[in-house]
Amino acid sequence: MIIEFELNGDQATVDIPSDTPLLWAIRDHLGLTGTKFSCGIGMCGACTVHVNGRATRACITPVSTVKGSSITTIEGLDPTGDHPLQRAWIEAQAPQCGYCQPGQIMQAANLLSDFPEPSDEQINAVMGGNLCRCMAYIRIREAIKLAAIEMKEGGGDE
Amino acid sequence: MNKFSKFGDSPGAVTRRSFIIGSAGAGLTLAFARPGISFASPSELISAGAYEPTIWYQIQRDGRIVINIAEAEMGQHVGTALARIVADELEADWSQVELHHVDSDPKWGYMVTGGSWSVWQNFTPMSQAGAAGRIALIAEGARLMDVAESSCEARSSKVMSGSRSISYADIVSRGNISRTFTADELKQLPLKAPAERRLVGRETTALDIPDKVSGQSLYGIDAKVPGMLYARPLIPPTRYGSKINGIDDSAARQIPGYVRTLILEDPSETVPGWAVVIARTFHAANSAAELVKVDWRAGKTATVSEQQILEYGKKLIVDRKEGVLVVDEAGVDDAFANASAVLEQDYVTHSVLHFPMEPVNALALEKDGIWEIHTGNQWQSLIIPVLSKALGVDENKIVMRTYMLGGGFGRRLNGDYAVPAALAAKSLGQPVKLVFSREDDARFDSIRSPSIQNVRMAFDSDGRVTGMEHHATAGWPTQVMAPFFMPKNKEGESYDPFAIQGADHWYSVGAHRLRAISNDLANDTFRPGWLRSVGSGWVNFALESFMDEAAYQLDQDPIEFRLGLLKTEGKNAGASPNSVGGAARQANVLRRVRELSGWGEPLPENTGVGVATSYGQERDMPTWTSCVARVDVDRDTGRVRLHHLYIVTDAGTIVHPDGAKAQVEGASLWGASMALHEGTEIVNGQVRDTNLNTYTPMRMFDVPTIDVVFIDSTEISMGLGEPATTVVGPAIANAIFDAVGVRLRTIPIRAEAVLAALNALT
Repeated sequence: MIIEFELNGDQATVDIPSDTPLLWAIRDHLGLTGTKFSCGIGMCGACTVHVNGRATRACITPVSTVKGSSITTIEGLDPTGDHPLQRAWIEAQAPQCGYCQPGQIMQAANLLSDFPEPSDEQINAVMGGNLCRCMAYIRIREAIKLAAIEMKEGGGDE
Repeated sequence: MNKFSKFGDSPGAVTRRSFIIGSAGAGLTLAFARPGISFASPSELISAGAYEPTIWYQIQRDGRIVINIAEAEMGQHVGTALARIVADELEADWSQVELHHVDSDPKWGYMVTGGSWSVWQNFTPMSQAGAAGRIALIAEGARLMDVAESSCEARSSKVMSGSRSISYADIVSRGNISRTFTADELKQLPLKAPAERRLVGRETTALDIPDKVSGQSLYGIDAKVPGMLYARPLIPPTRYGSKINGIDDSAARQIPGYVRTLILEDPSETVPGWAVVIARTFHAANSAAELVKVDWRAGKTATVSEQQILEYGKKLIVDRKEGVLVVDEAGVDDAFANASAVLEQDYVTHSVLHFPMEPVNALALEKDGIWEIHTGNQWQSLIIPVLSKALGVDENKIVMRTYMLGGGFGRRLNGDYAVPAALAAKSLGQPVKLVFSREDDARFDSIRSPSIQNVRMAFDSDGRVTGMEHHATAGWPTQVMAPFFMPKNKEGESYDPFAIQGADHWYSVGAHRLRAISNDLANDTFRPGWLRSVGSGWVNFALESFMDEAAYQLDQDPIEFRLGLLKTEGKNAGASPNSVGGAARQANVLRRVRELSGWGEPLPENTGVGVATSYGQERDMPTWTSCVARVDVDRDTGRVRLHHLYIVTDAGTIVHPDGAKAQVEGASLWGASMALHEGTEIVNGQVRDTNLNTYTPMRMFDVPTIDVVFIDSTEISMGLGEPATTVVGPAIANAIFDAVGVRLRTIPIRAEAVLAALNALT
């Protein structure tokens, strides 16, 4: 089945079975490997991308359901990889193995668009679905707060 | 406890390697030379590649300094720490330093990344490598500037003499360095005093991090080659001994892209009874795998349960003839026979999954007679011989391409997941990328074995400790996967050091006996793994829970009781270079954590604090660690809430302070997660929990406040990746006792168990 959507601002077309998860369409057919596979059941958040601006678990999203949608992956969050969240992630030295971090960052981007000055409870509620096996949680929380400050001062990038 | 010299050199070991510096290709190469070669022409040796192992680097003509890293990067920022050591002595401009993670090659020597050894092992040789480079560059820089060598000093990739200077880039471009340092000369090199260090011990950002936040880092799962097929495994009902009677793939044939299902013939016996589903996309392999029906004849462990393994372990402990006496000092039996009081307890820890975020996977292909294995791996030198057997080719025909690891935690020390990929690629004559689903990864995990332990202590009539016994049994990873690494006790009996380390403590307890017992039912049922801190994780749960019970029995404060036993005497006095200070340094971290945590202050109802301490893993690589945990317990539900962890670590010289802190944060939260949130059980020969619907590692909302403190020290650098893992579990259990008066002697600590213990009190 031919499915067209927008991927990081460019038109993308895949001709694959309609039940293929969006994750594999992005990774294997469109060649962007920043979005990661882990649990396959939508419970770890490593595969998080934005579909029409909302954080979505790509591993349980059939590609047929994103026809005509606009998809953003970690590679497209900022054209030069210099989004305030990415800068904050570096400042806080958040990643350890790093495998979950693209998903964490994509989820955090949605968190900050919904709650520009998130409380700890709001961070817990939104980020609780993103597992980090290295347990870099303390720094992820710190990075979110750093990014929130910078995005507020800078007028917000999103 | 034994040393593992095969893993590399300990800082105290005498090495006879020399160091060669010469021009080859695009720049200056600086490397340790293989022993036993002539040093007539360093540049020829460099050109011939006759340099060795693990440490070499290049200074390019543009001034870039490329440092080769043979250690796996799995979140510990290992390359940054190692490169800082070289660059500091080299007086390099850090902004010009780059890392190169190398593929496997015999010239690197033994390739393994584990045991928290990397910095400890490499600090001295890497410092020497940097210092030798600095000295050679100064000499050549002086010659090029036509000034006296004694007038020069090096700083920030420049050699300076008065107002004149020349960059390392210019020296390499214009000069002609060809120089050898013998082993003796290396030993005499003037290494910096700690106060003169400019990089080691100073803050920096990790070089691997930018690519990890931009999505550009490549992990094993991201590897691809043209024309590769995808595969998903069909894992048999038992780890060993299953046989395939037949396969029905008629339903799978409806899946577009499905190719076939392949029964694997494995001469290495790594994956007996396996089949793999081959397809043109991973989604097709995945979909087809759900439809392929395999008729297996299961092996003999098909009905084994966690409880059977533990009960069998208990029987092994009771039979005093079983196991290996790792420590057996004179007078243990007398101490117990003459004791006026004896304390004895059993402790249990349940199975734990590694559950790395990146499920295990591998891409295998043959190109021009060489087998390439693309995968994240921590112990290339262990799996290459297995791959050699599986593929029927010489080891020198196999190369492992290096990728970032989406979590190691010890899982990727055992590279068994590469074997089915290689077998499938060989059988099909095409590149095959085998990806395990999350559930496959859990079922094929080398889990942390369930353990059962018995600890006893003898007291005299004055309440002094006169003897101690600790008997520990679990599956033995090293026995199963790397028996050639097992040290022997005095009687010549081999044992798995990683299944007992942590128990050979620095407390003076009179006569001490330590018995390690391999649980062969565990070994038969699953492949026991090395999981972050390995045996210290369960051993220290028993030891430090027990020390708390002993303090309580004597009506002493748990910290005072421990301090009273941490005496700098006899075998606990410490020795140069690794354990200078001995038990006094462990006492010091205990006192520091007492201050830091406000120990002894009044607490709200149902809130408690608990302490635990450890020397980490090896007596010869002690990382002195202490922890206070603060919890509260809901008496109605039994739920334990971890509020705060205070961790004090004396790991000697800290190379990369922020990286060190990150390791302690991660390690301590692993300890907390295993104590309160994780844990599975063997049911019918398999792990019960295979995905996040039932396996529940710590998440952000479970994270306590953590205070991490390092002791300022210029002693030798120790390992940091694991020790904090070992103290948190017992500190939590001890805090629960402080809060509500019940002892939990099993981890994970479940709310139901706490509630049952509370009900039993009343």
